[in-house]
Amino acid sequence: MDIDVRLGLTPTDLELRQIQVHRPAEWVDLNPEDHAEFRVVQEKFASEIITSRLFRGERTIVVKKERIVEIATLLRDHPDTNYNYLSDLTAIDHLDHLEDGEARYEIVYNMYSMATFNRFRLKARVDEDDPSIDTVEGVWASAGWNEREVYDLFGITFNNHSDLRRILMPDDWIGNPLRKDYPIGGEEVEFTHNVRGR
Amino acid sequence: MATLEKDLKVQQIAAQLGSGVDLERVETDNGDELMIVNMGPQHPSTHGVLRLVVELDGENVMKATPHIGYLHTGLEKTMENLTYYKALVITDREDYLSNLMNNLAYSMAVEKLMDIEVPPRAQRLRVILNELERIASHLLWLGTHALDIGAMTLFFYTWRERDQILDMKEQLSGVRMMTSWICPGGLRGDSPDGWFYKVNRFVSEFPAHLDEYRRLVTKNPIWIERLTGIAMMSKDDCLAWGVSGPTLRAAGVAWDVRKANPYSGYDQFEFDIPTGSKGDVYDRFLVRMEEMNQSYRILVQALKDVPGGPVMTSDRKVAPPPRAELDTSMESLIHHFKLFTEGYRPPIGEVYAAVESARGEKGYYIYSDGGNKPYRVKIKGPSFNNLQALPKMIEGLMLADVVAAIGSIDIVLGDIDR
Repeated sequence: MDIDVRLGLTPTDLELRQIQVHRPAEWVDLNPEDHAEFRVVQEKFASEIITSRLFRGERTIVVKKERIVEIATLLRDHPDTNYNYLSDLTAIDHLDHLEDGEARYEIVYNMYSMATFNRFRLKARVDEDDPSIDTVEGVWASAGWNEREVYDLFGITFNNHSDLRRILMPDDWIGNPLRKDYPIGGEEVEFTHNVRGR
Repeated sequence: MATLEKDLKVQQIAAQLGSGVDLERVETDNGDELMIVNMGPQHPSTHGVLRLVVELDGENVMKATPHIGYLHTGLEKTMENLTYYKALVITDREDYLSNLMNNLAYSMAVEKLMDIEVPPRAQRLRVILNELERIASHLLWLGTHALDIGAMTLFFYTWRERDQILDMKEQLSGVRMMTSWICPGGLRGDSPDGWFYKVNRFVSEFPAHLDEYRRLVTKNPIWIERLTGIAMMSKDDCLAWGVSGPTLRAAGVAWDVRKANPYSGYDQFEFDIPTGSKGDVYDRFLVRMEEMNQSYRILVQALKDVPGGPVMTSDRKVAPPPRAELDTSMESLIHHFKLFTEGYRPPIGEVYAAVESARGEKGYYIYSDGGNKPYRVKIKGPSFNNLQALPKMIEGLMLADVVAAIGSIDIVLGDIDR
């Protein structure tokens, strides 16, 4: 109830909001006055933003995947944001709680600024029918291996990537282990008696 | 050798190396041929199971390709299928030389997700344990790094001190390495009797030991000549390649998560961030040596007036009730039963928590869908990024220096392959 009061929302409003955007009450929209990252992206790429949120003091913007490289470059180079360090890049498979019309995968860019010591999260939705997104290798060189890992474990391809190969799993592996429809423990343990030709 | 025979030879080598190796025979400008050498995954100087395919022109490295994944056990997938509390034990097993730091990073992420306050005594003990762990990890690095280069003696000295730290962990938890002692909400338990005496004694003796190591290697002309000017990496390259930890600081970037984004009360302590200037192997060595000294400084401050009180939050959502309460309170019994059967359910949301581990920024990204298991856990291993930068560092070096370079970035393959 506290959260409702803080936001100045009546329970009906809150219900409506939850139905509209499918998210819990703890999440708050980012606003352009307090959050420079949101302002910077909104000024140039307003039509690309799907949603934004503030949760436990962490800022997240979810964008469409088409202009991800431009948005990442902007966040890196703009003096107000200056996210010159990519802490981590990963993906989420939303299969278990997918809403109608929502894209299945989400690429997560956890970035960091060495100038302001701030963290910021950019996410891009990637559809199941076309699991591909442009590489951000050109923005942060460190993304190279992280993207290979996502390609390996989620089966999402990165366009224009310089060296897109499997990285953790063997080259001849079938399937992408971190997808939610990939079973755990489904792999038979290899012994001499059940592996032919050895 | 006739060209055909050479081709055959190269193909044979390539076939032995397996997939992922460039099969082409490459000719250099002066007509020489490149040789492909496979280092690892069982090579002792690769610190685990790193496989490095190196293209050599004589003794010079023209290109190096790391192949990883030999230790990939799907830890992230496993964690996604365990409750939050059970997933904690997995964190010990990824970067197996900084277990308590992994515990802390994971616990901080869960605490942030659940919005839990940790009592001051637990915070202080977390700092003490983390700094001891940092010293232990750096000691292991120093010993093995020296061993790689050919200085045998140091290994025995550093192992002696590291063993004392493992003894402390054993006295605390009964386990020497994978303690899982730091858990969401605080610590598993308070320190046993006599534990602080042991820690204090170790800390008071440590500067003398550090001096011993310094006398052995720091000013040793062979050591200096062997390490200076090797595997250099500039500031900008380090940042672009996501390098963190001592390797980044050796290049001159004074970034330490403990200072930049203080956690667990690190802002109460006075310590400096050592930085290098050239970013070569010797700088990395000096930075880590000084880091041990700074850890000692933090320990001295942290061991003074350790706050009293509980070491676990009183929030019954995550903390099991004390045993005595179970006999008298029905509610406690229910809490206890619920906690150990289905666990707790954080709200829907996502958090990223990072600590400064012995190797760099260790981060845990958790996405919760409101269930009792983390829907997605991503472990950011500092070694992963540090190793990615290795080919760039060792291009043009002699093959014998590659071993020194691998040692200098202090990788742990469990951290990379997860």
